[in-house]
Amino acid sequence: MSESNTVVTGNPVIDVDKIRQDFPILSTTVRGKPLIYLDNGATTHKPLRVIERVRKFDAEEYGTVRRGAYKLCEHSTQLYEGVRKKVADFLGAEKQGEIVFTSGTTQAINLVAYSFGKRFIEKDDEIIISNIEHHANTVPWQIVCEERGAKLKVIPVNDDGELVMEEYEKLLSNKTRMVAVNHVSNALGTINPVKEITEKAHAVGARVLIDGAQSTPHMKLDVQEIGCDFYTFSGHKMYAPSGIGGVYGKMDLWEELPPYVTGGDMIMQVTLEKTTYAKPPARFEAGTPPITQVIGLGEAIDYLNEIGMDNIAAYENSLLEYGTSLFNDIDGVRIIGNAKNKAALISFYVEAAHPHDVVTLLDQDGISCRGGHHCAQPTMIRFGVPATTRASMAFYNKTEELDALAESIKKCIRFFSA
Amino acid sequence: MSYDNELYQQVILDHNRKPRNFREIKDATHSCHGVNPLCGDDITVYLDVDDGEGVINDLSFQGSGCAISKASTSLMTTFLKGKKIDLARKTKEEFHKMILGELDPEIDEHSLGKLTLFMGIREYPSRTKCASLAWHTLIGALDKKHEGVSTE
Repeated sequence: MSESNTVVTGNPVIDVDKIRQDFPILSTTVRGKPLIYLDNGATTHKPLRVIERVRKFDAEEYGTVRRGAYKLCEHSTQLYEGVRKKVADFLGAEKQGEIVFTSGTTQAINLVAYSFGKRFIEKDDEIIISNIEHHANTVPWQIVCEERGAKLKVIPVNDDGELVMEEYEKLLSNKTRMVAVNHVSNALGTINPVKEITEKAHAVGARVLIDGAQSTPHMKLDVQEIGCDFYTFSGHKMYAPSGIGGVYGKMDLWEELPPYVTGGDMIMQVTLEKTTYAKPPARFEAGTPPITQVIGLGEAIDYLNEIGMDNIAAYENSLLEYGTSLFNDIDGVRIIGNAKNKAALISFYVEAAHPHDVVTLLDQDGISCRGGHHCAQPTMIRFGVPATTRASMAFYNKTEELDALAESIKKCIRFFSA
Repeated sequence: MSYDNELYQQVILDHNRKPRNFREIKDATHSCHGVNPLCGDDITVYLDVDDGEGVINDLSFQGSGCAISKASTSLMTTFLKGKKIDLARKTKEEFHKMILGELDPEIDEHSLGKLTLFMGIREYPSRTKCASLAWHTLIGALDKKHEGVSTE
């Protein structure tokens, strides 16, 4: 599914007015204006059923996991492992044990970079990332390279924000150990051809990590179809609580990796002389996990499955097309990132005003947008802007909200041009 | 068309459009590069300070950033030119307290003059660093911080 996930077929089956009633925060006001929330790339809001599930779990069911032989603990453990199964199914993994819970994508990539780096990266090996990665998929690899004496290679992007695949092929060699790229760029919205990237990497014997923070909430996924070795996600970007996320990894690879964080729950046996490690996924989940957040994540996945990821992708794509044509009609606004295959995210530059002034003025109209470098400074440098303003959409957004955003931007331009 | 806020006052917009003392001082006695890593504001402040009296004979800046950071730096240069560095340090403290909401110019004693235009920032915690970058960089220059300063 990965390469065809923006194809719009038929009418999206999304009743947005009904969907919006599921999200309590969408009926609140900001600075006296109805909230228009367009920073879903940063974090998403929670439907009432997630909020209520978390409350009920804490109020009536909460217990630690994996440790106690009493009812509360057994019940919590069952629910907790049940969510692992839900995540595995959601991502298309073969086995539920291939899902390791982390605090989110940042920790997930750090885990893989550390453990994979320690086990497989040696002096003069090479790691490939792209020019449009989040800092979370840049810095951990820089550190691995520094510590192991390896080299970091970067796939360039064209002016539309698409990876230059011919250049990628030139970077690949028998020295390549890891290719780590995002599925969807958080700064530009580009959907990368992750299946093709993976196939080419595997052809030279390299492993592949896909940063799925921006794709998981917006499209149907199948990690086996993509073929990647690791796939990361963040719960708070997919309508679940913050503090929970994870990483899919192929079991045979997990089994070879050393632990990242150590302590309780990740051991087989500890004596004062030596410790043997538990099997994956427990090996990578030291300490008491964010149990309540996991339960919330499970509820969010149920909710998304009921709506249908294909419906969500199709509806959001219609928002993207609507918003793009609106923005193209505003003088003095330049969209940064015009990939043919793009998620519902518009990064733009207003000539008349700095992005931070733009977002402050949008906020005056009740509109929440991100202004900044989106933790992707190399991307900003590539496109010659200090920062951009970003409207990132979710299936609870409406075309009317994009109209309001366009009007607010025009007002802002007039204000700074007066 | 208008916005109901105290942040972007006409004087601030004017200094953003036409920043004063926007140039380099070739033989500056002090200079410092300041950045706001979270939003990319990037300025260099130059000073020509009289050795004996500690008087700021000339003060200028260059760089890029949002309207608030540019206007704040521009107004700082006009405010401090001809003043003594002791006053510059004192003003920095007062300015900082004001934008954090710890000094109320309408109640507390101060010598901020027209710099009170930036009082509205206290309602926008995410923007305080835009306004304070100029002053941090100024102090960095006076303290001879050659490595530059950062608001983070």
